[in-house]
Amino acid sequence: MRNGHTVEKKEGTMKFDQYLNETQKHAYEENLGKIDAQETEDFLNVGVDTNEQFRAGTFIQKDLSVIHSHAKQPGVEVLPITKALESHQWLDSYLWRNIRPESDEFTTRAKEKPHEGYFIHAAEGAHIEQPVQACLYIAKNNFSQNVHNVVIAEEGSHLQVITGCATSRHLLSGMHVGVSEIYVKKGAKLHFTMIHDWGEKINVRPRTHIHVEAGGVFVSNYICLKPVGSLQMYPTTQLAGQGAVARFNSIIAAGPGSHLDVGSRVILDAPGTRAEIISRALSAGGTIIARGELVGKVAGIKAHLECKGLILKDGLMQAIPELRGYQPGVEMSHEAAVGKIEQREIEYLMARGLDEDEAVSTIVRGFLNVDIEGLPKSLKKQIDKIISETQEDMM
Amino acid sequence: MLVVEELRVEVGGRTILNSVNMEIPNGETHILFGPNGSGKTTLMMTIMGFSGYEVTHGKIVYNGEDITYKPIHERAQLGIGVSFQRPPTINGLKTRNIVDICAQKRNRGIDIELMAKELNFSEFLDRDVNHNFSGGEIKRSELLQLMAQDPGLVLLDEPESGVDLENMVLIGETINMLLHRGVKYAKGKSHKLVESDMNKSALVITHTGHILDYITADRGQVLYNGHLCCSRNAREILKWIGEYGYEECVRCAMDIQ
Repeated sequence: MRNGHTVEKKEGTMKFDQYLNETQKHAYEENLGKIDAQETEDFLNVGVDTNEQFRAGTFIQKDLSVIHSHAKQPGVEVLPITKALESHQWLDSYLWRNIRPESDEFTTRAKEKPHEGYFIHAAEGAHIEQPVQACLYIAKNNFSQNVHNVVIAEEGSHLQVITGCATSRHLLSGMHVGVSEIYVKKGAKLHFTMIHDWGEKINVRPRTHIHVEAGGVFVSNYICLKPVGSLQMYPTTQLAGQGAVARFNSIIAAGPGSHLDVGSRVILDAPGTRAEIISRALSAGGTIIARGELVGKVAGIKAHLECKGLILKDGLMQAIPELRGYQPGVEMSHEAAVGKIEQREIEYLMARGLDEDEAVSTIVRGFLNVDIEGLPKSLKKQIDKIISETQEDMM
Repeated sequence: MLVVEELRVEVGGRTILNSVNMEIPNGETHILFGPNGSGKTTLMMTIMGFSGYEVTHGKIVYNGEDITYKPIHERAQLGIGVSFQRPPTINGLKTRNIVDICAQKRNRGIDIELMAKELNFSEFLDRDVNHNFSGGEIKRSELLQLMAQDPGLVLLDEPESGVDLENMVLIGETINMLLHRGVKYAKGKSHKLVESDMNKSALVITHTGHILDYITADRGQVLYNGHLCCSRNAREILKWIGEYGYEECVRCAMDIQ
């Protein structure tokens, strides 16, 4: 529990030996312009732009090979994790600090059969204006990609990271296990945006821990609107220092065949810490379990959880908000709602001239339109595009 | 022009309107009076085509076209616009966007900023439609949408309810602009031009009659117990009701029945 791992129960069909752990290596590509056009498009769909416009650095991993990795602004480092471990002796202590390898079988697998992962580092006081982008891509059918990522925002630094995860269109089967350890040090600010576009038969198990020191701010935006076989994640954030802040915005959708068990847990462990979890979930024939947990350990903390689900077609939408307080003087609240689109809203828009379908899609777009903070304009546009495609796909 | 003929409407299996006949010629504003539960809102919702209001007899004709069973959005596109008393909140949809939709669907280009400014509503453009709006704010939002639509027939459900005195003037003026009437609209235009331009019709529901201090009504109609039982000068009706309540209407309604 401490590491944000709930044991997967509903996973009878998933056996590790069905997946390949080895596959051919892909060559490193110095020039991002030379990457295959179809792959470039797949990357762009998850916010990773090979033109590198307005980006401070890029990391791309295809199957088990890092095919590109560099930083182009002073103060920021972007490296494959193995290289980073070679060049930074101190880094070792940041791995497996807050996540125990034995906490579940997926985590164990990432420990025992690792395939790279990224290391992104912002130096003390560095204000990295543009986001660093990282892409984890699976091209090999039936491959299990197991990565270990570390992100460190040193004291007083500002860092934005865009992580895009995708698979090649032809993939019939595959698995991704990603262990991510994120550190936000004193007074640092980290915006972490993750866009997923996996594929109908892919099983995905991210295992993430975020540690935030005094005065640090961690903002997470998570978008998963494309089909995925099964996805289960429950990242844990520990607000360890006074005045630390965490905010989570997620928008997720599940069409037929998709099974998503997704949530965020924040442990407020120091006075003056604040947390907000906002999620919008749309079920159109798939299953969504939208979790959220706030744990108030000391007095003087404040946190809110808002979880809204919309059911378009038969499916399952289960909202599980939890609040745990250990002291008087914790202030935590939650708001959860699951429902369908109201006829009154549809007809209101029809009275302004929209036909019924247009009215429904306008409402769905609005529902998914959470104000996501701190995104570069181009990415905001990209997300708007994904949202309108989703709304079309789901109808 | 709107013509309602022998209209009978059921809501949830109960007859709410019975044999309603009504005609609103081009350019005329009619006021609809009636006690609570008399069917005023039902009539308005039926004209707009909302679900749950089932026409079991009679018809509704707008500009020569039978719209009795047309879907709501077609009526809107034909030029019928409505201001709701309690419109729903649309989460995530900005007021700016709904105003845009209103104009687009009527093939109009508008200066949304200017329009909002005139309604003292600029700061609400980037807020979700009707989210935590006060009574007066809802009215201004509804009128802004109607301004963008520029309907030929405007249906207003209690435009004065929940509006403070200061904003009432603004609401009244906006309705006049919408209906191509009033001194502000006519300013700088020749009388002839204004006359020829007076082609907007309206049906306005009012409880208190306060709106009559701000807009000009050509006629008043009283709906009582599902029957339209009186049609005459709106101020006269208002005075009468003020003095005697709807008692006299009961008598008239009984005559009709």
